[in-house]
Amino acid sequence: MKQHALIAEDEPLLAQALQAELALAWPELQVVASVGDGRSAVREALRLLPQVLFLDIRMPGLDGLAAAAELADAWPTDDAPLPQLVFVTAYDEYATRAFDAQAIDYILKPVQAERLARTVARLKKALALRQSASVPSEDILASTLAQWRRLLSVAGGADHLPDSAAPLKFITASEAGSSGATVHMVPVDDVQYFEAADKYVRVLTATREYLIRTPLKQLLPQLDASTFWQVHRAVAVRSDAIESVHRDDAGKLSLTLRGRRENIPVSRLYAHLFRAM
Amino acid sequence: MNIHWRDAGRHYLQVAAFCCVIAVLTTLLWPRRPYLLQCGYALTIGTLCWAVIEFGRYLFDARHCTSIVVGGHGWPKGWRGVLLTAVGIGCSIVIGQPLAEHLFGAGIAASERDSGITLAISILAGGLASFYFHARGRAANLTAQKNAAERDASEAKLKLLETQLEPHMLFNTLANLRALITLDPPRAVTMLDRLNSYLRVTLAASRALSHPLSAEFDRLGDYLELMAVRLGPRLRYTLELPAPLRDLPVPPLLLQPLVENAIRHGIEPQVEGGAITVRARSDGVRLTLEVCDTGVGLDPLAGPSEGGGFGLAQVKERLATVHGDEGVLRLTPLHGGGCCASISFPVAP
Repeated sequence: MKQHALIAEDEPLLAQALQAELALAWPELQVVASVGDGRSAVREALRLLPQVLFLDIRMPGLDGLAAAAELADAWPTDDAPLPQLVFVTAYDEYATRAFDAQAIDYILKPVQAERLARTVARLKKALALRQSASVPSEDILASTLAQWRRLLSVAGGADHLPDSAAPLKFITASEAGSSGATVHMVPVDDVQYFEAADKYVRVLTATREYLIRTPLKQLLPQLDASTFWQVHRAVAVRSDAIESVHRDDAGKLSLTLRGRRENIPVSRLYAHLFRAM
Repeated sequence: MNIHWRDAGRHYLQVAAFCCVIAVLTTLLWPRRPYLLQCGYALTIGTLCWAVIEFGRYLFDARHCTSIVVGGHGWPKGWRGVLLTAVGIGCSIVIGQPLAEHLFGAGIAASERDSGITLAISILAGGLASFYFHARGRAANLTAQKNAAERDASEAKLKLLETQLEPHMLFNTLANLRALITLDPPRAVTMLDRLNSYLRVTLAASRALSHPLSAEFDRLGDYLELMAVRLGPRLRYTLELPAPLRDLPVPPLLLQPLVENAIRHGIEPQVEGGAITVRARSDGVRLTLEVCDTGVGLDPLAGPSEGGGFGLAQVKERLATVHGDEGVLRLTPLHGGGCCASISFPVAP
């Protein structure tokens, strides 16, 4: 079966170079689309449903990480299996040092033939496994999601800060709707969940809402990972405040927290946290 | 209070040596009394004087003292220094004299005249030693300041070079060059030539003080051309330099950070890209240089970017060095997105 790939890369020459290298390393692979920004990557990937995605991390509009997170939820898994994901990254972007030098699901620009050959070998193996009838499709989806999750957490900088740093005790925040002249010391123990919104992160306790400017990806490493679970690209919830998790007709998960009414969406990437025992 | 014992010890050794010399002098004056006895006297008085001054200066707040670059407590400035010296000498005479008599028995001052001479010697020696330490401290401090300034200057130079030769830009350009070598060799050669002249000027810019505006525009052209290869059709640019302004001198690569910012913060984040215009104009009195882009515009909420807005700060600093208050850097948002950075300064007569 002919395999299809999508390349998302904002520098046209580098996209051409990657395509040329791929043509040598994997002649059977057909690049069905080459786009220059994250938004187009999501749109074209959902239209063409390729088996492999090469996403540049730094792109205008939606970056590679956001595009992948969006695709993970929007992908029609009934029509086509979730594709294999490879991040393409340049010098010092998103702390490439955090990547295991041997990790083959990210490639460094400029793409080198020998390195690409190893990535291609892994991709071929993963795709072959997927086609063999012996493995149930849920397991394949679970392992692909695990691979995406690992890539996203590393590329997103979740491993940036040393683990030794003591977890935060207080969030210094201004109350939502206030002028910001007063800074509140909000005990982390009171926080029910964090939600990233445009330029702020909303900090929600049982009764109040505060705003902070620290991005979620910088905040998360400072919180106790067993207390706060990331359930969505934009949301981290207090795990012991979770009341129930619902699955809708389309199979999408959402959860409710004790003391709060709203439904919080759970991304497919984090659905493994709520598998029935 | 943080007493520098090493410094204090060093000072005391010098004081002790000085006292021994004074004792030689007094032995010449009163040959009948043994040198060791006179040495004991001088040391007692000197030690007291030293102790009062050495530790007394810690009583003065640091902001009234000369600042010491290498750390430690400086000399009290102005009348405070004179007061401290006077108190030190006073103590040494009032307490030191009787203390020495108590320690070594028989007074050396047999007559009224001898007491007068002892007093004069004490005041003179105390004053001399104080002045010596004061002057020495100042000289050492000046040297340290000079060294620190030199270090700062070379550090700034290095930082400037680093921003101009931004590694990210360099590696990206090389990645593109590598792609071009197989895809389009003649264009690769052109790109390599651009990179060559860009690197040459960047490295020279950290040494030269100024170059003609036409050279500045040529280098910006090189840089923008390199960026245009990277970004493809997403980057368009125009350079407008009126012929009469071509020879005006400007600090080398002054505009470079502004163009870099326009690309990084204006054009690159915008999916459809945009255009950059670099323009020079003059009304005969002032020269105005503008870098305008049609990018995403200024984000009023965004704080300084990573690197702390070093680019803009550096342009401001270089402007101030050459033109003082007359150099102006302004950043204005444009209607319909984008932003304009402009520099203006007086045209040299």
